Amino acid sequence: MSIDGLQWPAEGACRVPYQVFSDSEIYAQEQKRIFQGPTWNYLCLETELDERDKSLTATIGEIPVIVSKDRLGTIHALVNRCAHKGALVQLQREQTGKLLTCVYHSWSYDKGGELKGVAFRNGVNGSGGMPDDFRMENHSLERIRVTVFAGIVWGTFSPDTPPIEEYLGSEASAFLSQSMTGDLKIIGTHSQIIHNNWKLYAENVRDTYHATLLHTFYTSFKINRLDMDGGILLSPSKLNAISYSKRRTLSENAEYQSAKVHSAKYEATLKGKQLLEAWDERPDGVTHSIQTVFPTLVSQYTLNSLAVRIYLPKGPRKTELIWIFLGRKSDTPEQEKMRVLQANLTGAAGLVALEDGCINEFVQRGTAAFPDKTSFIEMGGREAESNRCSRATETAVRGFWTGYRELMGFEGK
Amino acid sequence: MQRDQQIQDLLVRSASYLDEDQLEKWVELFEEDAVYRVTTAENLRKGYPVSIIYCEGREMLEDRIAALRNANIYEPHTYCHVLSLPQKLQTEEGELVQTRFIVTRIFEDGRTDVFATGKYVDRYSDEGEDCRFKSRTVVLDSRAIDVLLVIPL
Repeated sequence: MSIDGLQWPAEGACRVPYQVFSDSEIYAQEQKRIFQGPTWNYLCLETELDERDKSLTATIGEIPVIVSKDRLGTIHALVNRCAHKGALVQLQREQTGKLLTCVYHSWSYDKGGELKGVAFRNGVNGSGGMPDDFRMENHSLERIRVTVFAGIVWGTFSPDTPPIEEYLGSEASAFLSQSMTGDLKIIGTHSQIIHNNWKLYAENVRDTYHATLLHTFYTSFKINRLDMDGGILLSPSKLNAISYSKRRTLSENAEYQSAKVHSAKYEATLKGKQLLEAWDERPDGVTHSIQTVFPTLVSQYTLNSLAVRIYLPKGPRKTELIWIFLGRKSDTPEQEKMRVLQANLTGAAGLVALEDGCINEFVQRGTAAFPDKTSFIEMGGREAESNRCSRATETAVRGFWTGYRELMGFEGK
Repeated sequence: MQRDQQIQDLLVRSASYLDEDQLEKWVELFEEDAVYRVTTAENLRKGYPVSIIYCEGREMLEDRIAALRNANIYEPHTYCHVLSLPQKLQTEEGELVQTRFIVTRIFEDGRTDVFATGKYVDRYSDEGEDCRFKSRTVVLDSRAIDVLLVIPL
């Protein structure tokens, strides 16, 4: 089935044709319309560029990118593709040096992407060399628009992408700033290869309905349940969402028992109680939050476990989920210890989160043979609006599809 | 020689308990206050304290095993560990024993793949005592875990 043949069901964002999770043509279009379109993409943390002359590789969709800071303090992002033959200019994740030099024929660029040197430009012993009309300024690395917000360096290919705070919406901007405030430092990182389309993970992190049902640990140890005060906030574009809860407000609801949900059956007590030792860190009393920023960023606060997750598409059926755990330079040793222990909750082996490594693959496998069938997303209604009272809703999932259809031109089809 | 034999015995038993779903017995191979950690070579190189799994004391390991038995959802699978000969290293912090490994993962439908490679960096009980792990750091060569990590390595 081709992208032109895609019939989005009349119910709109409450239905998603399974075709979008495995179709390679749609996947190719997403690279253009979303990743090279009007979206802000995570490139790196600002603190990673603190070291003088450091440059890092990053990815927007499947496009390789170099991020760096020059000696005047300006941050640059460039497509990692030599203007000569198209080879990767920087191979390593991190590199130090004033210039970016392609290993293939030693063309070198400054941090702003300007071509500064071409080996044997004037030939050797009077022969060879570039033609007379060769102009260095016509062969720069392709530049990407950059902005810095909430300790994160963001990049976009489109001149039409609105300023980041407008892109996020005011509530999301304030929330992200508060999560990422202060002197951040990386305290651990790893990645997870998940065998599903990137949008299944995008749905999954917006799906507050599943969180306390699939992830038993959340429920049993009362880290996050739907009977705590909490809500879900959608940005004006619907693409970005925040779900949050306040652990101190738990009023145990019988629904968890009467619904006989898997997650409430496991009423264990921890032997190693230090796992959940935490301190009140946020002034707003929020103890658990998942903030999603379209297309591929998640900012997580699980008790004191602050992390960013970036999920990068690696083909229609494969995604790399990168976990970056954060602390603050001002953390006391006790605080850092709590973050280290709480990191057991999330990540590839996360006691509460590991199921997300396979659940989206189960959807991928279940839907692969049925491109023309659709999912049913009506928990909490058919609208995509914020809900400050309840998270027993799929409103943020509908929000994702509302914005996705608009960007992809699947609206009204 | 007897000490070497004990160490080798512990290494082999820990691998076979993991491969044969005897996880409760595996936990007993650790001292009461042992530290068990799964991390990556990259995290160690950069001095990052956060691991993929970090258990301080046998009780935290017992919680992990209870969670995977009763709580966590994942596609059933088993491992097969292949170990190198152990190598003793004298360091400022005392004697460490380093053993390289390859772990393959086998799903119920037969899919088999290389799941992890890396090394164990172990510290053992003092001589004369029952030989157990005082600490075990599992250092993964790769930063990427395929699907998820639930059965310990």
